[in-house]
Amino acid sequence: MSISAGTFSFVADLVRRCSAIELTEGKEYLVESRLLPLVRQADLAGVDEYVDTLRRVPHCAEHDRVVDALTTNETSWFRDFSPFQALTGHVVPTLLARRPNATSLRVWSAACSSGQEPYSIAMACQQVVPDLRVDITATDISAEMLARGRAGRYSQVEINRGLPAGMLVEHFARAGTQWALSEQIRGRVTFSQHNLLDPPPSAGPFDIIFLRNVLIYFDLATRADVLRRVRSVLRPGGFLLLGATESTIGIEDTWEHLAIGRGFVYQVNPSGVL
Amino acid sequence: MRALVIDDSTTMRAIVSEMLGGLGFDTAQAGDGREALDLLESGQRFDLACVDWNMPVMDGLEFVAAVRARRQWPYLTLMMVTTEGERGQIVRALAAGAHEYVIKPFTPDALASKLVLLGLLPVRELR
Repeated sequence: MSISAGTFSFVADLVRRCSAIELTEGKEYLVESRLLPLVRQADLAGVDEYVDTLRRVPHCAEHDRVVDALTTNETSWFRDFSPFQALTGHVVPTLLARRPNATSLRVWSAACSSGQEPYSIAMACQQVVPDLRVDITATDISAEMLARGRAGRYSQVEINRGLPAGMLVEHFARAGTQWALSEQIRGRVTFSQHNLLDPPPSAGPFDIIFLRNVLIYFDLATRADVLRRVRSVLRPGGFLLLGATESTIGIEDTWEHLAIGRGFVYQVNPSGVL
Repeated sequence: MRALVIDDSTTMRAIVSEMLGGLGFDTAQAGDGREALDLLESGQRFDLACVDWNMPVMDGLEFVAAVRARRQWPYLTLMMVTTEGERGQIVRALAAGAHEYVIKPFTPDALASKLVLLGLLPVRELR
């Protein structure tokens, strides 16, 4: 089975308008595989037929489901591990050294999917600075993912993906076939719906911003736009953490990067230029 | 890297061995804790042991405790890979000396993510 050029073009345009994510040519397989569950639920013969029904009606909840299906990504606890080592080993100690009397830190976990990233941040901070208040704002474009994050319940398969066993027994309790996260950790995270093309969340400014594995989906101009918005809510001396294959280099030259372990952290260059 | 897969199910041993092989590990297998201990005592060196809990002769928890008590293999990382998924059991295994714990069923990327945590696999293997 394959999809027509018209179907791909309609879906790519819809996703671009609603999320700014670019589905470039060659991603037809992605559109097909992500939309097949929706096709089955609608009891239609194929993706082309399903998309045809969407073309004939104004934007509705079903269009949002298409955007959701193509913009939500697999996630895991402590994804790539090294950013969390940088967080506890360099970022938090540096911020606290600069502000010894600080009683709290504000963190933004952007494009947080089903919550594993903000909760990983909360657990990591709990381990190294248990007495510090860490307020984490977790945002995503998908209402479905945010609801999952708020619930704080994860399947065994999800738990196995990167969560250290020690943290599992410390912060989770069995809830039937799932695991439920403790109120203590859940209480540190506030979830809200947010499109990265809109003005940043009002909970800022932030000391730390996680913007991981999302810039790669945007074109160059949108990446620069998103980084500019992120910069506007990052406190002076604050840190930005990107995905392992992402960088600010060549996109927004007001950032400087610092190698920590196997990864990089980013800060706004105080002079504004490099 | 060499891994020892300890499970009384030949099917499970084959599955875990294949996953580890795909991640670049050389693997050997043992059908219970005693057999695994014999392999270690014979001088074979392993970086990782994936240990099932319920096995005849010597179960996984006894094996982990025995390895830790001997202190002869400080380079050996012990990871429980088991259907036993109660919180109390995980606590017991960690207290006995297991470094990590994976509950069946699991996916290859879950296994890989645990090996990254343990420093046995570079992050790029997750991509």
